Amino acid sequence: MPNTLQLGNAAAEAPALPQISGSEALMHALLHEGVDTIFGYPGGAIMPIYDALYDFGEQMQHVLVRHEQGAIHAAQGYARAAGKTGVVFATSGPGATNLVTGLADALIDSTPVVCITGQVFAHLLGTDAFQETDVVNITTPVTKWNCQVTDAREIPAALAKAFYIASSGRPGPVLIDITKNAQLQVFDYEGYTPCSHIRSYRPKPIVRRQYVELAAELINSAERPFVLFGQGVILGGAEAEFKAFIEKSGIPAAWTLLGLGALPTEHPLNVGMLGMHGNYGPNVLTNQCDVLIAIGMRFDDRVTGRLDKYAKQARVIHLDIDPAEIDKNVKAEVPIWGDCKEVLPMLTELVQPRQHEAWVARFREFAAEEYKEVIGPETHPQSEVLTMGEVIRIINEQDGGEQILVTDVGQHQMVATRYIRLNHSRSNITSGGLGTMGFGLPAAIGAALGRPDKRVITVIGDGGFQMTLQELGTVMQYKVPVKILILNNSFLGMVRQWQELFHQRRYSFVDITSPDFVTLASAYGIPGRSVAQRADLEAAVREMLEAPGAYLLEVKVGKENNVFPMVPQGCGVAEIRLK
Amino acid sequence: MSKQEYTITVYTENQVGLLTRIATIFSRRKINVDSLNTSPTEVEGIHRFTIVIDEAEEVVRKLVRQIEKQVDVLRAFYNTGEEIVWQEMALYKVPTDEIAEKVKVERLLREHGARAVVIRKDYTVFETTGHREETDNLIKVLAPYGLIEFVRSARVAIIKASSGFHAMLREFEERDPGEGIAENEYLAQNQQVFAM
Repeated sequence: MPNTLQLGNAAAEAPALPQISGSEALMHALLHEGVDTIFGYPGGAIMPIYDALYDFGEQMQHVLVRHEQGAIHAAQGYARAAGKTGVVFATSGPGATNLVTGLADALIDSTPVVCITGQVFAHLLGTDAFQETDVVNITTPVTKWNCQVTDAREIPAALAKAFYIASSGRPGPVLIDITKNAQLQVFDYEGYTPCSHIRSYRPKPIVRRQYVELAAELINSAERPFVLFGQGVILGGAEAEFKAFIEKSGIPAAWTLLGLGALPTEHPLNVGMLGMHGNYGPNVLTNQCDVLIAIGMRFDDRVTGRLDKYAKQARVIHLDIDPAEIDKNVKAEVPIWGDCKEVLPMLTELVQPRQHEAWVARFREFAAEEYKEVIGPETHPQSEVLTMGEVIRIINEQDGGEQILVTDVGQHQMVATRYIRLNHSRSNITSGGLGTMGFGLPAAIGAALGRPDKRVITVIGDGGFQMTLQELGTVMQYKVPVKILILNNSFLGMVRQWQELFHQRRYSFVDITSPDFVTLASAYGIPGRSVAQRADLEAAVREMLEAPGAYLLEVKVGKENNVFPMVPQGCGVAEIRLK
Repeated sequence: MSKQEYTITVYTENQVGLLTRIATIFSRRKINVDSLNTSPTEVEGIHRFTIVIDEAEEVVRKLVRQIEKQVDVLRAFYNTGEEIVWQEMALYKVPTDEIAEKVKVERLLREHGARAVVIRKDYTVFETTGHREETDNLIKVLAPYGLIEFVRSARVAIIKASSGFHAMLREFEERDPGEGIAENEYLAQNQQVFAM
């Protein structure tokens, strides 16, 4: 039995090396890397790998999705929830091209994923063989690294490199394309050696203390310092170090969409969300702070608005592990190239314990105004129609911030992330950089399988849900206990909002009809309920949260509600509108 | 931000597909590459790309960081024309009878440092090596005499201040390299800002 082979340096004592196939070597590599879950879909060019997997069913769970895009989004959800590397199998040609959206999503949101694609026999490469496509070239711009393997002997080293690259430094997706002959080829297996060094790759720099000292000096002299934090804090596992830093320095901190959860939302120094639909205070006060401290974030255009009107008065400190991000969009006076986990304690040691009471109070003033104008009416509406915000409020009241929230893309995403209470890190999973509609359901499946101890709620719009609803089949087959909450406004809401505000209400192709979602779910054996009245809402949410397995709740919300505040495109952050 | 010519030198592993990876960094941003050369280096197994673009320094600096970020890239540098020694080679195909008849042409070619590579009854191919202006000039000069075909090679360049890659590679192979490798050069440049 190949799976009973001694792993590692089995070759040392044994005179004759074990003979195994490339596919079996791949299984050993996955076991060595601690892989317990694979999301995939078989096909012609990856059959030898699936044949080998047949013998490893007890060590690794394979989740058969309904579309390869579902596989990679599930792997992303798994990776982000569990803090491990997601693994995907797909066949050549269409199987591989279906991964492209997920690869692009994982690259821009720094998610560690290793994709294994089957490929036609090496002698057929370039002949337009059945299901042959040039996957390596197609995926080059959307992977951190990729390569093709045509010889089984290269498989262990390629996999070792893939896992190392995907998970180290700024994480990202990696794709290994393995030709069918390499999968079948039997060779002398010398064991698996994990990779920990590639000479051309420097995932982490040596932190220069001198820059940390300059940053501390600047922070200590600041009157109105402001911290912006992103997913870098989570990816670096530096949540505790980050909390210690802001608590000692007393600096108010606001998060990017992907930074949500790195600091509990109820923390007194957590002043809310940045960017286009972020909170009022953090946006306006970005242009009033004197020192801006950016930690593990990349100044995305949805965060900065117009760059020439962004924090021009501020002296900027930028800490990031990716040197290409420093000075890319916003010039840093003090660049710190480094890992949050390493730099933040150095910084905390050097900053003076302070409390910026008056400055923090200004955020509270803006928050009070935002509450009066936006948050109150959205979460406790007086109108007859249901709002997205009140649904999220009820989840907070019933769950208390303990769940993992997975969102799709659009209005519901902004509302959910604005209003959700989250007590723990790695509990916010969303498609931020790429804005991939259809991300929610498959990512929630991955998150639920990666963190079986947590309740996973996915909030999805009626549009995004219909992009990947085939994954209800996966939910059914593997009894994945995801809570699916569809906020249905019978529109592609975010596009409609823009059309209302910027295109003279010309609602061009945003009117979307939906099937009966509850009946649809019941076809998959998933219980559910649809709610259109406020009187039914709390009980329905409770029923969803308390359901032992998967559950689908559809809430019919107001058709033409808008997400506010909003920094209109082409405007500065201080031009944020409350209505 | 005024544009000017920059020569980018990239030291890489010899890896299939890396050319695409580097090329897409430019094409994605709709930046035209004026010249691209790949070559071995003095170190076995290390390849060298020489890329010429016309862009503002701010843009070039960001591009170089994106290139250096690629896993199989060891190091990338950018330089202005003054900081490098560079050459390009050009070939010119001219009708042989024109040259044979007109002694003047022969003289012109000599003046421009061109030498004949192939001489046939119907045509002759000349070669010259130098800077862009020099190879361009010869086109103008030969045009009246029936220049049939012209082609110019990519630029090859050596950075004046470089001491080669042997020592640097040894550093790269270390797990804990010195500051020169573990840090980006821009950080060192930034230091000057604070030295004021």
